[in-house]
Amino acid sequence: MDSRVTVAAPELTQASRREAIIFILKKAVISALVALLLFSLMIGIRTEAGPTGQLIYWTRFDDLATIVAVVFVGSIVIELLRQWWGPAPIATAIPPSVQRALGIAGKALPPVLLIFALLVPIVFYDQRYVIDTGIQVLTYVMLGWGLNVVVGLAGLLDLGYVAFYAVGSYSYALLATNFGLSFWVCLPLAGILAACWGVMLGFPVLRLRGDYLAIVTLAFGEIIRLVLVNWQSLTGGPNGVSGIPRPSFFGIPFTRDDDGFAARLGIDFSPTHRIVFLFYVILALALLTNWVTIRLRSLPIGRAWEALREDEVASRALGINITTTKLTAFAIGAMFGGFAGAFFATRQGFISPESFTFQESALVLAIVVLGGMGSQLGVALAALTLIGGFELFRGFDQYRMLVFGMAMVLLMIWRPRGLVGHRAPTVFLKQNTAISSELAREGRG
Amino acid sequence: MSSDFILRVDGLTMRFGGVVAVNGLSFAADRRKITALIGPNGAGKTTVFNCITGFYKPTSGQLRLTHDDGRTIQLERLNDFRISKQAKVARTFQNIRLFPGMTALENLMVAQHNALMLASGLTFLGLIGAPSYRAAERQAIDQAKRWLDRIGLLERADDAAGNLAYGDQRRLEIARAMCTEPALLCLDEPAAGLNSRESAGLSELLLSIRDEGTSILLIEHDMSVVMEISDHIVVMDYGVKIAEGAPQAVRDDPKVVAAYLGADEEEAAAVMESNP
Repeated sequence: MDSRVTVAAPELTQASRREAIIFILKKAVISALVALLLFSLMIGIRTEAGPTGQLIYWTRFDDLATIVAVVFVGSIVIELLRQWWGPAPIATAIPPSVQRALGIAGKALPPVLLIFALLVPIVFYDQRYVIDTGIQVLTYVMLGWGLNVVVGLAGLLDLGYVAFYAVGSYSYALLATNFGLSFWVCLPLAGILAACWGVMLGFPVLRLRGDYLAIVTLAFGEIIRLVLVNWQSLTGGPNGVSGIPRPSFFGIPFTRDDDGFAARLGIDFSPTHRIVFLFYVILALALLTNWVTIRLRSLPIGRAWEALREDEVASRALGINITTTKLTAFAIGAMFGGFAGAFFATRQGFISPESFTFQESALVLAIVVLGGMGSQLGVALAALTLIGGFELFRGFDQYRMLVFGMAMVLLMIWRPRGLVGHRAPTVFLKQNTAISSELAREGRG
Repeated sequence: MSSDFILRVDGLTMRFGGVVAVNGLSFAADRRKITALIGPNGAGKTTVFNCITGFYKPTSGQLRLTHDDGRTIQLERLNDFRISKQAKVARTFQNIRLFPGMTALENLMVAQHNALMLASGLTFLGLIGAPSYRAAERQAIDQAKRWLDRIGLLERADDAAGNLAYGDQRRLEIARAMCTEPALLCLDEPAAGLNSRESAGLSELLLSIRDEGTSILLIEHDMSVVMEISDHIVVMDYGVKIAEGAPQAVRDDPKVVAAYLGADEEEAAAVMESNP
């Protein structure tokens, strides 16, 4: 950090003061120049197609000047703030009492979140939109937790995770529409099929690491999508599969009929029943994912995953079978993706390849990275922030992505290791001290 | 006769393209003894280690490991993790390779992976929390605790391995290798970067490991350690063995002195030719 060079000391001499001022001004001028360069085309010139198709453009140099000025002044202010703050890490600036309070709050957060999640359908019973958003968030929480096994624990950078989501979706959709199998029968089948595809992806990429692995998994995701688009006779191609059976309450459908859910319970029919049921289904699935992951982490296989992430060569020297360890990570991650996919299909009632683009993979990976690799709580928080934030910023209309992108950049500046930037040991003798993830190696495998 | 040796290396040759790193090396490591492999930098010592521990596949030659029960294993036919799992050969690395983000205790637990994996019924029994697995895990923790105690790191069991001091990391790596319960322990420069007090502690640790029945194969540059603890020394230079014998004999061997102190070229050539 070059800002540390010019820390304001109490006995600041004239010379060093001048130096500091020059440094700040230099930085501000550079920032302003970069802004000028960036925005001269984006804001300085506005282009539009005229009525006859010709290009109309006009200049907005006053707007451009404002922005450059804002950047210039902002840069000075930020630099001054930084020097005033000093180079000390913020952690030491927080008094221990506050830190302790934060620690307690951190411990209380998971149960509070869980209770909140359980109560959402009851509290917001009248607001279908909220419950729908909740389902959306929980789906991504589940996907994030699933991918977390592969990326966060085993350190295998997977950019094609959506492929398993798609396999799960289509498994359920096709099995249900062609053979009339129920959701609860199809769910494990979808998971198993997705796990098989996970192993299939795993084999060719066993020897790859890091960037190379990312590229191959990315391609794998695209292959699955293209197969779905082009295998018209089976998947319906771009038209997708429609008329996927809606979920039933273990055989009792959510319909207005006499043998429907409402009639049997003797309450008035409401379409919200099904939504609430879906909410609890995905909540249960997500919690299952979480429970299994937490259990696996403290079993030998989970420790082997983390060892693999830390140092593959050393793992091999300790007699850990790298092949099966990697394949199980892929399979387990894929299985949860498959579960989530089956849920997605039954919730939507219609699926098409459009739902399984690379953007989805990127979003789920962003959730895992933002959350802090390997942290279950972090992933849940990140999914809530990202997906919930998406909905929250809907009002911002065209600025939504801008706000969203900025928030992500800021988050990565403040917390480069993700929201939860430490890992908890899987076994301990005396005290469960969290390990800063700066020590942990990640995403290299 | 062969059962007196834990490891017999016969005509080991390792070529990397045109470079011959190890050329027809033969030696034997005694059972329950410390055998040191020494030589100037670039002599091919680490290559020999990598062949023994399955990281390289030798171009030719045989590596025979004989267990206490008379079972003989051809190491050159096994690949990577099986060397540790089946042949029970453990190793440490020249540049420490701990799992820095895991605690000292976790590092030792990972080393007991194969035993725990069996006990957890390939994860399924462990997932449902079977009592048999819990007992096995407790045992593994006890084993880890014993080793942490032995290397004086019991107090730091819950600290990240990456946060430990250099000398502690070296010892932890040896403890981790020992947690795989090896028949042969291969140490690649365990004393590198240690101060004299730490070196002395290391010598003591290695001698106690030997006395408990584990054979040790050692690469080391620190001659005080080598001379103190080795039972047998093999000296390599330019990929071939130039001398072998008891510490005292090796130290006085003119060929060894020449290799280490750097004789002039003619002299060196003469030394090389006189080598059988």
